[in-house]
Amino acid sequence: MNIIEVKNLKKTYHDGKTDTVALQNINFSVRQGEFLAIMGPSGSGKSTLLHLLGLLDEPSSGHYLFNNKNISSYSRDELADIRNREIGFVFQMFNLLPRTTVLDNVKLPLNYSKISEDKWDSLAKKAVEDVGLSHRMHHTSAELSGGEKQRAAIARALVTDPDIIFADEPTGNLDSKSGKNVMSIIQRLNMEHGKTVILITHESSTAEHAERIIRLIDGEIESDTKVKNRLTLSDEFVK
Amino acid sequence: MTYKHTSKTAIKGLTTNSSRSFLTILGIVIGITAIMLVISLGAGAQDLILGQVQGLGTNTIAIIPGREPTGPSDMSFLYSDSLKERDLIALKNRSNVPSLKSIMPTVFGAGTASYGSNAYQISIFGGTELMSEIFDLKPIGEFFSAEDVSSRSDVAVLGSKVAENLFDSDDPVGKKVKIKNRNFKVIGVLPETGGGSLFNFDDMVLVPYTTAQNYILGQKHFSRIIIQAENDSLVPSTANDIEITLRELHGITDPSKDDFAVQTQQDLADRLATITNALTYFLVAVASIALFVGGVGIMNIMLVSVTERTREIGLRKALGATDRDILSQFLLEAVLLTAVGGIIGIILGSVLAFLISIGLSKGLGVNWSFVFPWFGAFLGLSVSALIGLIFGGYPAKQAASKSPIEALRYE
Repeated sequence: MNIIEVKNLKKTYHDGKTDTVALQNINFSVRQGEFLAIMGPSGSGKSTLLHLLGLLDEPSSGHYLFNNKNISSYSRDELADIRNREIGFVFQMFNLLPRTTVLDNVKLPLNYSKISEDKWDSLAKKAVEDVGLSHRMHHTSAELSGGEKQRAAIARALVTDPDIIFADEPTGNLDSKSGKNVMSIIQRLNMEHGKTVILITHESSTAEHAERIIRLIDGEIESDTKVKNRLTLSDEFVK
Repeated sequence: MTYKHTSKTAIKGLTTNSSRSFLTILGIVIGITAIMLVISLGAGAQDLILGQVQGLGTNTIAIIPGREPTGPSDMSFLYSDSLKERDLIALKNRSNVPSLKSIMPTVFGAGTASYGSNAYQISIFGGTELMSEIFDLKPIGEFFSAEDVSSRSDVAVLGSKVAENLFDSDDPVGKKVKIKNRNFKVIGVLPETGGGSLFNFDDMVLVPYTTAQNYILGQKHFSRIIIQAENDSLVPSTANDIEITLRELHGITDPSKDDFAVQTQQDLADRLATITNALTYFLVAVASIALFVGGVGIMNIMLVSVTERTREIGLRKALGATDRDILSQFLLEAVLLTAVGGIIGIILGSVLAFLISIGLSKGLGVNWSFVFPWFGAFLGLSVSALIGLIFGGYPAKQAASKSPIEALRYE
C-alpha cells in the first residue's frame, strides 16, 4: 500500500513579475514502511519537495494523495490535524523551544492533539526513552549537545505515533559521531517500528541508510534507484 | 487545543520573558492607577463636601435677598435690603407656611475686635439661639438665649482664632471685647473647625442678630433667612410656600423679577456634585491618555514578540497547531498582560488613594474618607482587558495567518 502518491507535481514561486519554477514533472510513490532518501545539490528543490509532501506548503499544480486522501480538497485546519496525527518532522535546526525542558518540548504536539492529558506524561516519557535521553528529560534545550537536541526533536516527532517521519538534513548540523547516532535511531524507527521515513540529505553516506534514493536536479527527478549495499547501524551509539 | 493549555502556553510565553512583560504592563499599570486615584479622590472630595452640606440638615432652606446669585463670587446679596422684619413676620404665620419648623434671620458683616492692646479682624455673624442647633455648634461656655436676642444683649461667642489672637492663653469667657466701640461680654468660645470645612467659624464672632443690626452694622434688613421645614419631604412644598408668601408681600407677579432667592440644601448639594463630577470626568479623561499610550506599548511589544517568535509559530503549525490555536495563544498573552496590569493598577491606585486620604485627613484636619471606587475598578479591569483584545488582536492575527513554511524558514 502506498502512503504517498504524486503525479505531475509542480511548484512555482511568484517573485514580483517573474515566475520561478522550483519543482516540475514530479511523479513517484512511496510504500508504507519504506525508507526513502531525497538527494540533490542546494537549489535542486529537495526541501521544497519535502515541504509539499509534509503538507507544510501547497503545490501549484498536480495531484498528491497522502494516505489515500486527496490533499488539495482539505482545509488549513484539516491539514494541521493530519500533520499532528500522521506526520512527524525532524528539522536540521532542531527547532526546540528555548527555556523549555526536553519533556515539555516532546509534549508540544500533544497540546494540539485529541489525546487525553493523563496519557501525555507516559507517552512523552516513552518517546524520550526511545531515543535514549531519559537522563536529560528535565534539562532545558539549551543545556543539551547538538546530538542530544536532535534526539529530543526525534522524540517530539514520535510522540503522536505518526505513520511517517520527514527528516530535513537531520545530521546537517552535527559532528559525524552524533550524526551516526541520529541516523541509527532513524533507521531503527524504520526497521523496528515500521515507520515510513523520508530523509533529505546532500551526503551520499547518509543517504545510503535508506532503501531507495531519489536524486533531484533543477527541480526535476534525475534518478530513482534502489540502494544496493544499504548501510545499517547498530544502536551502540545510543547511550 | 483546550482553553487550559492555551492559557498554560500563554502564561509560559509571558514568564519566559518576565522582565519584558513587566516593562510592557507598566504603561497599563500607570494608566489604571491614575484612573483609580482620580475616581477615588473625586468620590472622597464629593463625600466630604456633601457631608458638610448635609450636616446642616437636608430640611434646611435659605432665603437670599436680591436676585438668584449668578455664581459663588456674586456678592450682590450683601447690598440688597429686600429681606426685612415684615418678611419674618409673614413667614412665621402658619397660614402662609404651614410646614415651617423654625426660622432664623441672620446678618453678616465685618469689623475689628479688640481686647486690651490686641486687635483682630473678624467676621460678624448675627443670628438667634437656633444657630447652635442648625450649625451643630458646641461652644465652651454657653450660647446666647432667646432672651438675649429679644433684649439685644451685648453678648458674643468667639471663634477659636479670634479667642487665640485676642486673649493668647487666657480664658476669654466672662471677659469683655470691644467691637465698634461697644463692649461685648464673651459667653462662649467655639472649638476649632479647621480650614477644610465649608463653614469656617474660626474667624467669626457670633452675636444676637438684633444686637448686630442695631449696634454694629446699623441696618434694618437681613443678610439671609434660614428656615427648617418639619421634615425632608416637606422641603419642596415649604420652599414653594415661602416664594408665594414673599412674592405677595413684595408685590411681585413675574417670578423672573423676584428680589429674593430660595435655596434648599438639596439644590446646593446638587450643584456641588455637578462641579466635582465634572472635575472627576476631566481628570479621568486625562488619565485615559496614559492608558491609551500603555495600549500602544502593548501592541508594540506584541508585534516584536510575533516577529521574534516567527519560527516558533512555524514549528507549532508544523506540529499541528491551527490558525485559531496561534491566534488564541497570542491574544491571550496580550489580554493576560493587560489584565494583570489592570489588577496591579487597581491595587496600587487604591493603596495610594487610601494613603492620600489619611494624609489629607491628618494634614488638613478634615474628615476625608477613603472611598474604594468599585466603578473605577470595574472600568479599569474591563478597559485594560479591552486594550489587550484590541491592541493584541492585530499582532495575534498577523501571527495566525502566517503559512507554516514561511514562518519556519524565517531567519
